[in-house]
Order: sequence, then C-alpha cells, then structure tokens
Amino acid sequence: MRRFVDSLLVALVIVACWQCLNWAVGNNSLSSPWSTVVALVQMLGTAAFWGNVGETARALAYALVIALAGGVALGVLLGANRMSGVVAEPILLNLYSLPKVTLYPLVLLVFGLGLSAKVAFGVMHGLIPILMFTMNAIREMRPVYLRASKTMRLSFARTIVYVVLPAIFPEVVSGLRLGFSLTLLGVLIGEMFASQRGLGYLLTSAMNLGDIRTIMTVALFLTVFALSCNGLLMMADRRLKHR
Amino acid sequence: MKTRNSHPTLQVVESPGQPAPKSPEAHVELAGVTRYFAKNDSKELLHALGPIDLTLTRGEFFSVVGPSGCGKSTLLDAIAGLSKPSSGTVTFEGQPVNGVPDGVGVVFQEDASFPWLNLRDNISFGLRMAGVDGAEIWRRVDYAMGFMGLNDFANAHPSQLSGGMRQRVCIARTLVLQPRLILLDEPFGALDQQTRLLMGDELLRLWRETSATVLLITHALDEAAMLSDRVGVMSARPGLFIDIVETGWERSRDSRVVSTPRFGEINARLWEKLRVESLKVMGAH
Amino acid sequence: MRVGILIRTWEFEVKAESLIRIAVVAGFIVLIELLCRSGIIPSSVLIPPSAMFTHGIDLLRSGKFDHDIVTSLVNIVAASIVSVLLGFVLGLGIHALPSVRRSIEPLLSSYYAIPTFIFYPVFIVILGIGSLPIIAIAVMLSVVTMITATLNGLDRIPRALHKSAQVMRLSRWRSAIYIKLPATLPYLFTGVKLSVAYAFIGVAASEFILSGSGIGYAIGYAYNNFQNDDMYSLMLFVLVLVTLVNSVLNRIDQRFQARRRR
Repeated sequence: MRRFVDSLLVALVIVACWQCLNWAVGNNSLSSPWSTVVALVQMLGTAAFWGNVGETARALAYALVIALAGGVALGVLLGANRMSGVVAEPILLNLYSLPKVTLYPLVLLVFGLGLSAKVAFGVMHGLIPILMFTMNAIREMRPVYLRASKTMRLSFARTIVYVVLPAIFPEVVSGLRLGFSLTLLGVLIGEMFASQRGLGYLLTSAMNLGDIRTIMTVALFLTVFALSCNGLLMMADRRLKHR
Repeated sequence: MKTRNSHPTLQVVESPGQPAPKSPEAHVELAGVTRYFAKNDSKELLHALGPIDLTLTRGEFFSVVGPSGCGKSTLLDAIAGLSKPSSGTVTFEGQPVNGVPDGVGVVFQEDASFPWLNLRDNISFGLRMAGVDGAEIWRRVDYAMGFMGLNDFANAHPSQLSGGMRQRVCIARTLVLQPRLILLDEPFGALDQQTRLLMGDELLRLWRETSATVLLITHALDEAAMLSDRVGVMSARPGLFIDIVETGWERSRDSRVVSTPRFGEINARLWEKLRVESLKVMGAH
Repeated sequence: MRVGILIRTWEFEVKAESLIRIAVVAGFIVLIELLCRSGIIPSSVLIPPSAMFTHGIDLLRSGKFDHDIVTSLVNIVAASIVSVLLGFVLGLGIHALPSVRRSIEPLLSSYYAIPTFIFYPVFIVILGIGSLPIIAIAVMLSVVTMITATLNGLDRIPRALHKSAQVMRLSRWRSAIYIKLPATLPYLFTGVKLSVAYAFIGVAASEFILSGSGIGYAIGYAYNNFQNDDMYSLMLFVLVLVTLVNSVLNRIDQRFQARRRR
C-alpha cells in the first residue's frame, strides 16, 4: 500500500513538471498533460489507432516468442559447458552494448521492409539479455538436481523439460522482464524508420508533420503499456524469488 | 514370486528371469575399483580411490567412515553408476553397472528436493517419470508420507520446511521407487545431533520395512556404529578399506544400543583406526 | 611472492579462453568472407569483411566522413560527461534523502522498461534538429544507470568505514573525499561504463532516425543511396570503436573489482 502511494506521488510530481514545462515552452512545443489525455481518449476510439496498435503488437508477439525460445535454448546450450559459457560471455556483452541501430541496414537488406524486418529488430534487441540470464541460471543451478535426475534414470530430454527448465524459471522471468522492454524498443525503432504501419510509424509521421500532440499521445500510451507489462513481470519475479 | 516381508503396500519382490548372481548372497560386488581424477591445469592424475574390493550381501546395512577427502563419495558414485571407475568392476545383482541401474536409490548430502514442486509432487516425481500407474503412485506416496511423518505438509513447498524435513522428503522420494539398494551420502550431515539420532531410527525402520541393502556414508562414527551390520573404515586419500568391523547387532535394533558396552567397544575400535588416518589428513593441511 | 604467482596463474587461465574466443571470432569472419566471395551472399546484401576493412582505411585517409565521425564522437563524449555528472549528483542527492529514495525507487527500477526513444521526437520539436536533442535523448537514456550505480555504491560503503571516519573526526567534506569516494569508486566506474555504452547507443540511434550529421546519419544516408561499401565500412568502424572502448573500460573495471575483492 505504501509503495502504491509513493508511486502515485512520483507520478503527480512528474505530471506537475510536465505542466510547468508546457507553460514554459507553449502548446506548440509540448502538449499539456490534460490535452494529451483527452487526445489519447479520443484516439482510443478510432479504428485507425487500434489498427496500428495491432500491427505493433503482432510484431512484438512474434519477436518475443523467438527471442524467448532462442534465448533460452542458446542459453541452456552455452551454459551447459563451462568453457563455452566463459568464452561466450564477453562476446555477448560486447554485442549487447553495440548500438544495434548501426546493423539495421544489414537487416533491411536481408529481410526487406515490413514485418520480418521489424521482428528481426525486436529479436536482435531482446535475445541477448534473455540468453545471458538463462546462461547464468544454468551455471548457477545446483548440480544436485542433475545428480538426482540421473539417479531417477531420467532421459536427457526429460531432465531438461522437468528439472532444468523449472529450476531456471525465475531467472528466465527476470531476463524476460529486461528482454521484453528491449524487444519492444527494437520493434518501435524498426517501425520508426522502416515501416508504413504501426505505432513507431505513427511517431515518425507525426514528427515529420510537427504534430506534437500525436507524438505525446502515442508516447503516453506506450509508456503506460510498457510500465504495466513491466509491473506484471516484476510481480511474477518477486513471487518466484520466494521459492 | 517370492515376497520378502508381509507389508501390504511395500513389498520387495524378486523378479523372475534374473541370472543367478556369482555368489549366492552377493548383492553388490566391487573388484579392484580405482578412481583417478585429472588435476586442473596439469596432466597429473590424482589418485582418489582404491583399489577397492567389497561385497555387500543382500539386505545388509553397511556404513563407510573415513577422514575427509578419502573418496567416500567417489565410492558411492561408482556403485550408483553416476560415474565410471578408472579401473575395476562394479556389479549389481550380477550385472555390471553401466549408468544408474534399476532398483538403486540415492539420497544425497545436499537437499535435492525440487523447490518448484510441493511435497506430494516432489515425492511422486520419480514415479511419474517412470510412468507408473496413477492409483499406484498415490498409494505409494501416501504410504511414504505417512511413514516419514510428512502427512501434514503435503501441499507445502520445500522452502517452507526445515532442513530435516527436506531430507525426509528426499528419502521419501527414494522410498516410493522401491529400491533394492539404498545409497546415502552423509544424509544427516546438516542436521543437529538429536534430529540425527531420530533420523537414524527412521532409517533403520525403513531398512527393515523394505529389506533393501543399505550403504551409508557418514563421518559420524557413532552413527555408523549404531546403525550398521558392518562398518568399513577408509584410509586417507587414496581411499582403501583398512578395516571392516562387524557390529553383530540384532535386526530389530534402534538408537538405544548406544547405551550398551558393545557400542563403546565398536566406537573405540573405529576411532583407533580412523584417528591415524585423520591425523594424516590434518598434517597435509 | 604469492601475488606474483597469482598473476601468472591468472594470465595462464586467461590465455586459454582468449585463444578460443579469438578463434571463434576469427572463424566467423573467415566464414563470412568465404560466403561473400563465393557469391552465396550476394554483394548487394553484404560485402566481404576484407573489402569493408580496405574501403574503411581509404575512407579514413580521404577524410570523407571525418566531419560525421567528429560530430558523433563529440555528441557521445558530451552525453557521457553530462549523464555521469548528472547521474552522480542526483544519486548523491537521492541517497541523502531516504524518503525521496523510497518513492523514486520503483520508477528507477522500471525506467528501462519505457522505450525512451519515443520521446526523441518531443526533443526535436522543443530543441530543433541538431546536436542538442541527440545529446538530450542520450542523456535521458544513460543517466538512470549512473544514478542506480551511485546509489548502489553509496549503499555498499561498509559501516566500518563510516565509523573510521568518525573516529578520525573528519569533517563531512573530508570523509566524503578521502574515504567515501574511493570506497564507492568501483561501483561508480561500473556506472560510467554502462553510461558510456548507453550514450553510444543513444547517439547512434538518434542520428540514424533523424539527424543532419553524424555516423548514424551517414550510415542511413549511404543505405538510402545504395552505397553499400561506404555503409559497411562505417558499420565496421562503429563495431571496432565500440569494442575498443568497451575493452578499455572493462580492463579498468576489472582492476577496480580486483581491488575490491582483496
């Protein structure tokens, strides 16, 4: 309860700063909080908006599934062998801090414009944290679980499905929390310059028209969406830590 | 099929069609077993164990004591089929051991209960994986939980239980699989003394009920002396059996044997051999 | 004597994994080279790494992109400095006011959930096109990681050090400079490392999306004009630059960590 009140206070402070900024620079540079909310409510009523949302959501869903499946699979593989984990880690860290935007042209050349490129961008951003969290989880997993499953004569596949995956599940959720945000970011940036549809595209076209109201409305929508998803994952994360 | 005890649910049954073991009573046989480990950076090999020659008769309770690092756990790994010895043979029920054989249960030193499952699911895990029929699973699980005193905690998760309870869960999980050979690697190491003594009694109860062969690894001499039919004393690394003490206890024993004079004698004899070996290990540090 | 042996052993261990790593990376590059040269990967999609490299050297020599490179580097350095200083000061302030910290904490831990890039257009509208919105968004991206690192570092100063400062009757300033700062330095440096990485990302992405100059812009321009060789050489340049900067920062970070562990 306390936490909720604190967050509310912070939100109010942010809104207050926003309002002050609006008074300082004027409506043409920054919409006021109230007008943004009004515009958002209006927008939520239009089919066009939801069309764009659906577009982004589709790309996000595909990208998440691939990033999650790929990240966990590769993480398990790389983490299983001590040497491979040690060798891979700096390479992965380097790739993680690389401005992936500089690789976008390559992705576009391979995938062309459209959905697959967006999904590729999303995966590019989200795969590595999920991979690294999974890899770490495997390395830190208690070896006694593997010995116990050997004693119970479990096949390799069953050991992975019934012992390893449940054991690393909390860390995978932590990785997913970070991976989710990054995948969303990747998909949005992809839409911002390589798509004719989606929320990212809405942003760029509004930017080109100088339509600050739309920019802020979409930004508000995305912020609320991202924070809610993050909040849900954080709750799941906390629940699992109690294990 | 011959049943070995009269308990309705837990019956140890001799399966037909098994080739006759080499010696009539031998359940586990080790011949010339050694284990070498490669040291981290160098090509040198560390001689960890052996050569070991040991025969366990069916239904006996055998303990292994020895100083730290002598290779007790390595021995258990070899018998259980968790690792291959560098040389020598391990035979279980007349068959050479290759991987973990059917009918062997292991309880580890660390808590191996799965934190993501509740007690019931933990205990039934092995049975579910083996594809045992549903009704049979729950019959065995209910019996095991009753036997180990876990009935009140069926839906609890291991993280909510004490260390002793968690080890009981691990033992129950092994028990429901009806192993004919039970290997325990210092299972009560993390528990306090009183709990250990009581768990020792439970272990004896278990042994009598299942008529399994039990191999217990422990560093506590009194535990070994109290529980076993025979106690093997291992030397410092590389581990070799330097003495095997027969306790001569009755099958119906419990922890009260600690008050008999014979217990004191056995303890003294074990310590006499073990003290020298332990000093060797201390000196090396 | 013992330290010497430790370092030698450490060096030996590092050698084995580094060799494998170098082999893996080199093998990958060779594979791409072969795939490109043999035509399996068409040159319209990807040019061979060797061509990227040689063309890159030519570009550097000719100075064709010097202006863009300088612009980007200036932006990155500016963004890094601003976010490190700002993050440090904010972190200090938040740490000193526990009630504020409690309220802000959920925001800080959820901050990176928000795709901060969506505010780039806002900055452009307010600040116009140029270096300012780029630096602004890059700072927005990296400042929070510095704040978190500062908070973390200040948290971790062992009680014993606080007490030592008191026993030595140091003034608040002196205890801050001579005791707290050195103790926090390893954690602060991790924050610097991450801030620099995020500044890179922020600047590059902004330039790519909308800008008039900079490496990101140059790559986008080359892409739009089908100048694959320029484009890939620039991409290689960024890759090499980021790797170099990261390794240097990592080395320094490891030195700090080692100091801490002892």
